[in-house]
Amino acid sequence: MGGGTLVEAKDVLGMSARSTSRFQPWGPFEERSACCEPHPLIRAEKLSLYYGNTPAFEGVSWSIYQGCLTALVGPSGSGKTSFLTCLNRLTDLIPGCRVIGELSLGDLNVFAEQTDVLQLRRQVGMIFQKPNPFPLSIRKNLELPLREYGIIDRGRTDHLIEQTLNDVGLWREVQDRLDVPALRLSGGQQQRLCIARALILSPQVLLMDEPCSALDPLSSGVVEDLIARLRGQYTVVIVTHNLAQARRIADYASLFWVHDGVGQLIEEGPVSQIFETPQHDLTAAYISGVRG
Amino acid sequence: MHKSFGSNTDWVACLLMWGIGSVILGIFSLVVGDVVWHGLAGVSWEFLSTAPRDAGRAGGIIPILISTGLLLSICLVVAIPIGLGAAIFLAECTSEHHAFGRVVRISLDVLTAVPSIVFGLFGYAFFSHMLGMGFSLVSGGLTLACMVLPILIRATEEGFRTVPNEYRLGAAALGLSRMTTLMTLLLPAAMPGLMVGVILGTGRAMAETAALIYTSGYVDRMPESLMDSGRALSLHIFDLSMNVPGGNANAYASAVVLIGLLLVMNTLASWVAGHWLKRRMFWA
Repeated sequence: MGGGTLVEAKDVLGMSARSTSRFQPWGPFEERSACCEPHPLIRAEKLSLYYGNTPAFEGVSWSIYQGCLTALVGPSGSGKTSFLTCLNRLTDLIPGCRVIGELSLGDLNVFAEQTDVLQLRRQVGMIFQKPNPFPLSIRKNLELPLREYGIIDRGRTDHLIEQTLNDVGLWREVQDRLDVPALRLSGGQQQRLCIARALILSPQVLLMDEPCSALDPLSSGVVEDLIARLRGQYTVVIVTHNLAQARRIADYASLFWVHDGVGQLIEEGPVSQIFETPQHDLTAAYISGVRG
Repeated sequence: MHKSFGSNTDWVACLLMWGIGSVILGIFSLVVGDVVWHGLAGVSWEFLSTAPRDAGRAGGIIPILISTGLLLSICLVVAIPIGLGAAIFLAECTSEHHAFGRVVRISLDVLTAVPSIVFGLFGYAFFSHMLGMGFSLVSGGLTLACMVLPILIRATEEGFRTVPNEYRLGAAALGLSRMTTLMTLLLPAAMPGLMVGVILGTGRAMAETAALIYTSGYVDRMPESLMDSGRALSLHIFDLSMNVPGGNANAYASAVVLIGLLLVMNTLASWVAGHWLKRRMFWA
């Protein structure tokens, strides 16, 4: 990323950006075991997204590694969520939305015309900011995706439902009331049910768009622990405004920034690099809380 | 309530609102009260279960009830599937700004305002004459369906539009097909809207006279088939009060039956929308 942004950062901050990186708001960084061999699963090559003629982000080139938990941080309007919706082509649902550039998931060219979008979305689950269980019973919420893919045998669905609810730590809380409306669960339980609903199809990738921001602190903690446990089993891409959270759970992180109304990828790398030795002045300023 | 109305203008406004509310309630009570006062005595099991005699001055209304039921059934059987399809097209397949969708929507709004006698003449020209259905229940029912469709479509479309977009996004993100999303999530959620449309449409259809004179005719015999002519209840009331001297008593009694039927249908439909569907959605 160019020197222009560097100059801009210095101008705006009116200070040496390097000095900000020494500021440590969260204490020493905890090294965690490597989640995987860094093997790229998702590759974006000069990816840009436009709503009509208005660009949301431009020129993003980036690899996301298999089995790792990757966090997207940055201010609002920097194109993080837009980038996320490219990965499962939810962009198709937005009228006037255009995507330019290359995006691949393994060997699959995501935006190729012959790509089976429903199959793609089966591989790439998504969790939204606001928990969105369907207005059905807990059981039906989980059965729906199974039925869609032809798993209708009662024994098998019951087994998968129990297993998945166990995975998200919800089984003990709901095992006696699987047939009550999912909307009666608390916010945190609803969000864990949504995660279970996405996991029940065993996707490769899990996209999360600020999954904790609509929850109270306690539920948020429970959901965060769950997300951290998914590391290694799934490739998780998470958008978060909570830098402490990104630092706690992510293996890799990237900073998106909005420049002249257009989102850009400023810096990406291992989370230790982003938070300890940021290469870009904007990253240093953002993670230290000076900007953003 | 008193505390929130501090100034005099607020009091005047408040009184005015209550006044308007009372006037509406008063008009309703006057109409229903008058009909019930004059007509209730004439309603009996015999009245409901026998055929009219002496041009309707004597006897009951059973063939008229049957004809009305058949007309309504034909109307709804035709209108509901077409209406549902059109509403799905408008709400789920076109955006609100889509040019074609807008043209369809404007046409529907214009059709809603078209006087029923125009539908009657259209029905006569098209169903009775051109398609050779003559004066028949089918011809009348189809004409009613044309009349009810715009109301039904718009109400159902509103029903679909009130379904939160989160469900659509959530379903798409799970890789559910549009058909599954529609059948399991959108349709149940939009059902109350359809019910509102059916209530409004049925109300309009049951109250209809002008559209039926030229299409289903006004023979007061028991219909033997759907191709027979048959007299609707509202048409019976119209005929007794306008064309039959001495028919007023039975006209009032028939009006009580009509109002009763409308009340029962409205209650039933809102019960279905409120209880049965909610149960079905959350518990099934």
